[in-house]
Amino acid sequence: MNPEKVVFGFFIVLALTLNFGFFVGELDNPQHHNVWELFAVVVVNLVATVLKFGDRTQIGAILLSTSLVAMLQLIAAVLVWAVAVHVTKVGLTPAITASIVSLTGGAMIANVISVVLLVVETFVLRR
Amino acid sequence: MDTIIFIILRRMRAPLLLLIGTYTVTIAGLALIPGEDAAGHPTPPMSLFHAFYVLSYTATTIGFGEIPSAFSDAQRLWVTFTIYASVVAWIYSIGTVIALLQDRAFQRAILEGRFAKRIRRIVTPFHLVCGYGETGQALVRALTDRHQSAVVIDYDEARINQLKLESHREYVPALLADARLPSNLVTAGLTNPRCTGVVALTDVNQTNLKIAISAKLLRPGLKVICRADAHDVEANMASFGTDHVYDPFDSFALYLATALNAPCLVLLYAWLSGMEGEPLCDPIYPPASGLWILCGYGRFGKALYRHLKSQGVDILVVEADPGLTGMPPEGGVLGRGTEAETLEQAGIDRAVGLVAGTGDDANNLSILMTAKQVNPGLFLVARQNRRDNQALFEAVGAHIVMHPSSIIAERIRVLLATPLLAEFETYARYRDHEWACELTSRIAALVEDRVPEVWEVTVDSEHAPAVWAAASQGAPVTLATLMRDPRERERTLPAIALMRVHKSERTLLPEGRVTLRQGDRVLFCGAPAARSGMQWTLNNDHALSYVHSGECRHPGALWAWGSRVFGRWRRGHP
Repeated sequence: MNPEKVVFGFFIVLALTLNFGFFVGELDNPQHHNVWELFAVVVVNLVATVLKFGDRTQIGAILLSTSLVAMLQLIAAVLVWAVAVHVTKVGLTPAITASIVSLTGGAMIANVISVVLLVVETFVLRR
Repeated sequence: MDTIIFIILRRMRAPLLLLIGTYTVTIAGLALIPGEDAAGHPTPPMSLFHAFYVLSYTATTIGFGEIPSAFSDAQRLWVTFTIYASVVAWIYSIGTVIALLQDRAFQRAILEGRFAKRIRRIVTPFHLVCGYGETGQALVRALTDRHQSAVVIDYDEARINQLKLESHREYVPALLADARLPSNLVTAGLTNPRCTGVVALTDVNQTNLKIAISAKLLRPGLKVICRADAHDVEANMASFGTDHVYDPFDSFALYLATALNAPCLVLLYAWLSGMEGEPLCDPIYPPASGLWILCGYGRFGKALYRHLKSQGVDILVVEADPGLTGMPPEGGVLGRGTEAETLEQAGIDRAVGLVAGTGDDANNLSILMTAKQVNPGLFLVARQNRRDNQALFEAVGAHIVMHPSSIIAERIRVLLATPLLAEFETYARYRDHEWACELTSRIAALVEDRVPEVWEVTVDSEHAPAVWAAASQGAPVTLATLMRDPRERERTLPAIALMRVHKSERTLLPEGRVTLRQGDRVLFCGAPAARSGMQWTLNNDHALSYVHSGECRHPGALWAWGSRVFGRWRRGHP
């Protein structure tokens, strides 16, 4: 067992699960989507991205690019949240909530691809 | 370049993870600890956004004073912790980046990346020179002086730095790396299609051998030229097809032996391989009969002894340490040759010539000065080991100064630039002295005291389309036709055809009636104007038809039609 692989897999899967946790619920209902969960998703995704740095293989490059896509989506979601709550003070209206959640939905797809690639790589290498 | 990015990313992983961790914990703490208002009533904790904002100016030690609202003591406690934790994390991250930038391996990676990019972008043919010692320097200088490109690889940083300080006419990319590793040779452009030759000039035989093998395996068709000091290494290199192997001592000895035997031949080589446009050098006539004193019986002395002895020259060896070097069978004089006593013992008063051939320049100079005092009529030959001593050897007044590195470099330069000339020199060695003298006087008459231009003509569709087309249509051009002046066909261009290569057959000084077939190669020398004139005949059908038959053909269809009509009309109306 390679401890590096354990940590690597842990963060990649955790990024997906947290992302899913934030995403589920009614799309435009702020009660179903906690901002702390979004915070956790961003942090775990950041860690996952950094862990993917420096892998020179082809699959490593695609893993890194999926993470970068996820980060882009999540940062967009965080910006929407910060602007809505703190800058314009309109609060989490259904429309704003929907756009935040749908942005994280996009990030989730990138995270799903990431996990799929991880599983594929594991299968290919173990055979 | 990609390597560098990966190195940075890999090294930055730990500091970035630490930063993310610190930020996460401290932001979470700030967003959980309740605050209080001015009256001391608890207020809800600050939002995640405000927490991130506070941390951003705290962690980066900007010390920005604006805060969302006054902190409670609990918040102050946490912020204290935050400051220390985040500042340490930042300093660690920045320190890592700076250490990375100063890292030698990293800087090497940057330089190599830049070098590889430059090599990939080279558009002109270049030669790869491995080893930038005395010979390498002389070769690179000789190549760049003639506008040829070279790429240098050497493992010695001092030499690479020296190369960067020297001013060459062409830019010479240099790689600081071990040429024994094939990957370094590839980085330096071995597999680049523009690379036309590899020259291994390091002073270690095994390294040269390794370079030759790598080059022959990775680019089988490439020309490989090697330096080798030992005969077994020479044989080894030749065994797998190394094109040319040079032993500096042997080449040098052969040069002197030729100078004794056939001074005109040496003069001919010097003229043909000289720098175009420079004045012609004068012939030197060393005394061929009489006693020669040879000081130093090392590798050079032995080679010289062998060559001179085979020509029947009377020769006496002076050697200080025969235990190390050995002595020739008939013995010699013990001593360094720097004292008059030893030289007198060797019979300097009846000698005709002296060779100062030790491996030490100071000793050589001392031998020459002593010998000159004892017997001013001596013919003096000096071996110069280091280029820095050029001025001293010029001042000492020897008749021939030989710098082995320059001789080798010059030979390799000729081999790379004009391979036919190198072949010509090899074949010319078998001709007699008179032949060479006659040729030198012909050349001298041609070029008016300037070094002649030497060029090769290959009869193919690319280099000589007009002549090639004529040969393929079954009307081959003779050499005499080619040497006519395309402006006035009664005149002959001031040039001499030195050698013609037809299939595997070589003819020295071919006659004018020889026809040029497809694939033939001819070596010419002559005035620069002759070369440009010949280019017209080679490339232009009309110029060729003019020098061939004197007929001026019309270039365009309209003129051709007009001239046909006019011709018919003239025939109809006489």
